[in-house]
Parts: sequence; C-alpha cells; structure tokens
Amino acid sequence: MTTEASLSSLPSAPSWVGPMLRGLRRAGRVLAWTVLTIAALATIVPFLWMLGVAFRTPADLYSDPSRLWPDHWSVSGFHAVFTQLPFFRLAVNTIVFAGGTTVLLLLIDSLCAYALARLKFRGQNFVFWTILLTLMVPFQVMLIPLFLTVFHLGWLNTFQGLIVPRSVSALGIFMLRQFFVKIPRELDEAARMDGAGPLRIYWQIILPLARPALASLFVIQFMALWNDFLWPLVISSSTDMRTLPSALTLFSSQGGVDHAALMAGAAISLAPLAIAFLLAQRFFTEGIAATGIK
Amino acid sequence: MAHLADQATDAPARSRGPDRRGPGRGRGRLSRLNPAYLFVAPAFLLAAVFILWPIVQSGWMSLHDWTIGDDSHKWLGFGNYTELWHDSRFWNALKVTIVYAVFVVIGQVAIGLALAQWLRRTTWYTMLLRSAFFFPTIASLAVTGIVWKFLLDPQVGLVDGWLGKIGVHSQNWLQDTHLALPALIAVGIWKNFGFSMIVLLAGVQGVRQDLIEAATLDGAGAIARFRHVTLPALRPAILFTVVIGTVNALQLFDLTYVMTDGGPLFHTESIVMYLYQRGFVDFRLGYASAIAWVLFLIIIAVSVVQLRMLRFRDDD
Repeated sequence: MTTEASLSSLPSAPSWVGPMLRGLRRAGRVLAWTVLTIAALATIVPFLWMLGVAFRTPADLYSDPSRLWPDHWSVSGFHAVFTQLPFFRLAVNTIVFAGGTTVLLLLIDSLCAYALARLKFRGQNFVFWTILLTLMVPFQVMLIPLFLTVFHLGWLNTFQGLIVPRSVSALGIFMLRQFFVKIPRELDEAARMDGAGPLRIYWQIILPLARPALASLFVIQFMALWNDFLWPLVISSSTDMRTLPSALTLFSSQGGVDHAALMAGAAISLAPLAIAFLLAQRFFTEGIAATGIK
Repeated sequence: MAHLADQATDAPARSRGPDRRGPGRGRGRLSRLNPAYLFVAPAFLLAAVFILWPIVQSGWMSLHDWTIGDDSHKWLGFGNYTELWHDSRFWNALKVTIVYAVFVVIGQVAIGLALAQWLRRTTWYTMLLRSAFFFPTIASLAVTGIVWKFLLDPQVGLVDGWLGKIGVHSQNWLQDTHLALPALIAVGIWKNFGFSMIVLLAGVQGVRQDLIEAATLDGAGAIARFRHVTLPALRPAILFTVVIGTVNALQLFDLTYVMTDGGPLFHTESIVMYLYQRGFVDFRLGYASAIAWVLFLIIIAVSVVQLRMLRFRDDD
C-alpha cells in the first residue's frame, strides 16, 4: 500500500488533502529542476573559472580568488603563453600526432576489417581471435617494450615514433568489422558482376556506406589521442616534440607559474574538442557510450 | 578453401589466365595470392611489431633484471614478482588505486544513474543539461587536472575562495595526507559521471513503459518500481559502465601525476604511477614490466568477478 492509496481510502479525508498533495508534488518538481540546473552549472564551473583566469592579470587573481570573472579583461595571458612556451609548435605537434595517427589508423583498420568481414582467407579466425584477445591487455603492459623498440629504431622525439606504433587499433578493427558485416552482401555481388575487384568494392561501396561508423571512430580516436598523456610523455622528452597536455603539465610544475598563461594554454588546448563537441555531439556520445574510450 | 579452388578454375576464362602460364613462376604464384592477405597485411604487420611482440617481450622482461644501460640482463625467474610481494611501496600503490577505483566507480554510477533517471525525457532543456554533465568527459584528463590543481590552490583557487565566504577555513587540499586522495576521487567522479549517465540513459529509455504502468496499477510506489522494473532492465548498461569505469580507474595515472605527483608521502601514488617511477625514472624495466603484468591480472580478475556478480543475479 502506498501513502497515496491509503490517504484516499481514509473515510474522512478532508477536501484540502488532494490539492495540497498536488501542490507539494509541483514544489518538489520545481526543486528537483533547480537542483539539476545548479548541478549542471557546477559541473562546468571549472571551465568557466579557467577562462576567467586566462583573462585576468596576476594581481587581480590574488586579490580575490572567489570571483569567476575578471574586473578588467586582459589578453596578456594569451600573449604570454606564446612567449613563455613554444606554444605554436606544441599545437602543431598535437594536430599532427592526433590527426596523422587517426587518419592512418582509420585506413589500416578499415582495410583489415573489410578482409575480416567480406573476404575469406586462411587464418581468418586466428586473426579475429587475436584481435579480441589483445583488446583486453592494458596499454601499460606494452608501454615499456614499445619504449625500447622506439628507442632502438632511433625514433624517440620524432613524429614517426609518436605515430606509427599507435596507428593500428584492435578496437577499431573490431568496431568496423561489426559494422561491415551488417552491410547487405548483395551490393558486393552486384559490383563483382560488374567486374569490380575487392579494392574497388572496399573503396567505392563499403567505405561510403560505413561513413557513420568511420566518423564515430574518427571522433573518439582523435579525442583519445589529442588528450593522451602517458604515451607522448614517454616518447617525447624534448620540449619541441611534446604535445599540449604533457607540455602544459611540465609548464605547470615549474616554479613561478604565470596562472593566466597556463589557463590560456589549457583553454586553447581544450577548444578544438569543445567546438567539435558542440557541433557534432551525437558522434561523441554514441562513440564513447559504445566503446568506453575517453 | 572452396573459394580458392573457384578462383583457380575461373582464372583461364579471364584475361588474367595467360599470365599464369607466363615465364615467371613467381608471378604466377603472386596472381594466385588471395587478395585478402594484402588487406590484412598492414594491420597485421603493425600489430605484430607494436602490439603482439611487446606483450610477449614485456612478459619476458619481467623475468629479468633488465636495467637500461646494462649490457646483459640477468635471468631472475619470478624474482621480480617475489620482490614485488615484499615491496611495501607497491602494496601502498595497490591500496591507493583500489580505494580510488571503488569510490570513483560507485560515485560515477550513482550520480550517472540518478541523472539518467531524471533526464530521461528528451526536451531542449534536458539535452542542454545532459551536454553540461557530459562535457568533462571529452576534456583531457591531464589538462583538467591542471585546472583542478589551481582550483584547489589555497591562495588563488576558487574552491577555498568560495568556502571562505561561508566561513570554512582554507585547506591545503593536495598537500594534506587526509585530503589529497579524496580530492582526486572527487575530480575522478566529476570527470566520469557524464559517461555513466549517457550509457545508462540508453538503458533507462529502453525500460518498457507498459511494465511501469502495470506495476503502478498493482500499487508499487516509485522506489519499488525503480527496484523491480527499472533496475533489472538496466543491468546490462550498469554492468558495462561498472566494468569500463573500473578498468579505467585502475589505470589511474594522469590525475595523480599532474595534481599531486604521487604525494604527499605516497598517499596518492597509484600502480601506474609507481610503474612509471620504476620504469622511466629508475630505469628498472624488468621490475616495471612485472608491475604491469600484476596490474593486468588484477584488471582481468576484477572484471571477471564483476561480470559474474552483475550478470548471474537475474532471478531476484
């Protein structure tokens, strides 16, 4: 029995009980939505504060840390981050690392996924199961031998050292394979009748139809690499070859940090993903919810 | 193999036919090579060198005293693992990591579940709120760690600034042995609950409304409806976010590296942080590999336990 039922079944419930309950419920709803709104604002306050500090002068920050916004807007932080750090170079590094690796990975993974989903070859099951097994191994297990390999190749502090070892992903192959399998086979058959080889079928039929899966994979891989910390930290020790997260960390741990410059750097490094997220939220939420990569 | 035979019998009918009888045997063999191998080759070669071999090599290295700069590597058998067993700094790192993982996963799933339940209808306003809650998920953990480090700074940080206004004394959050790990846990929850919310939202929206209505007619209150109708339907989504959340939390590194550097006095030194110290600061690669393998085994064990606990209780 619920309270509601027991109240209405009371023989002598006064006539004001019903309206009062309704009023209470409405008040509860208003309260819940107010709490939710405040919670949502609280969630993004760190980002607002970061922007606020980026536009403040140091004296302004130390005078009253409880304010979100500056009294006087100043772009000196944005100027300083370019003079105190090789910021332009770091941004280019991050773009080349995240963009280059993702494009290469999409190509290599989709080729392999196509063969697994659409062609037949000896060892197909072996390849598929190997992929599933490596999915479970955490990256830290491979990190140390990978570091040695990159070292022996003379690739430390180079783009190829950052990019090549990360340009194949078991998860990517698996995801694309699952998608390719669902594309109707009649399309391949028809193309084959017209004399198309596997490469043309892959390029002109499968890839265009798999655009949603490719876009999803692109978004989550690009995001994961753009945000990656441990790998660039290990592979690139020279300031010139670092990516934004590891370089900003180094900068933040030095004495006498310029807060405005640091927060300006953080804001710029978050901006591309933030803008992409606002424009194409669906790809982020679907991709992340499906794979757990973030 | 049937398709290979097909190809061979097809071949003479095609223009490719004469090639096979041409002068070079190698060429004939090449034209008969299954094209699938060419599609698999780039991925397979890269994976062999940069995924499969490193896994094997790391296991091999963990059985050696493998220090950078040494010419030879002494075979230790399971020596690194027995040393690890007696290494109090490792046990501390394990404890820190498990405490972090337990609280972050419970926090992120509980908040995510509440939000998914509240925001299950799709209107412009719930979509706006969902975006705000999800936003920390896409931001770099290292960069948000830097922002939080300064938010929690007693001199310039917003947290103490605001707490000061309501009369709470400023705290040196990240330097205090009692507060540093809770602070990291709070940031970890903040970073991840949006992910749990999105995963659970799909589950909540898939709950059959006719079952909810039937339960209501039977006199079930909101809590009973949630427990007996919504929750069972959500089990796969909860399982997914708990397992993924735990695997991620057990690999804690970025936050503690950026915010506390494992301090104060190792109170926030996680397993991966310790691995990094041993491997890339002390250059004891064999020992660090042993840590990596223990982490791998812990992750497998925890995932298996979670899968069993959450999957095989369908009868209640």
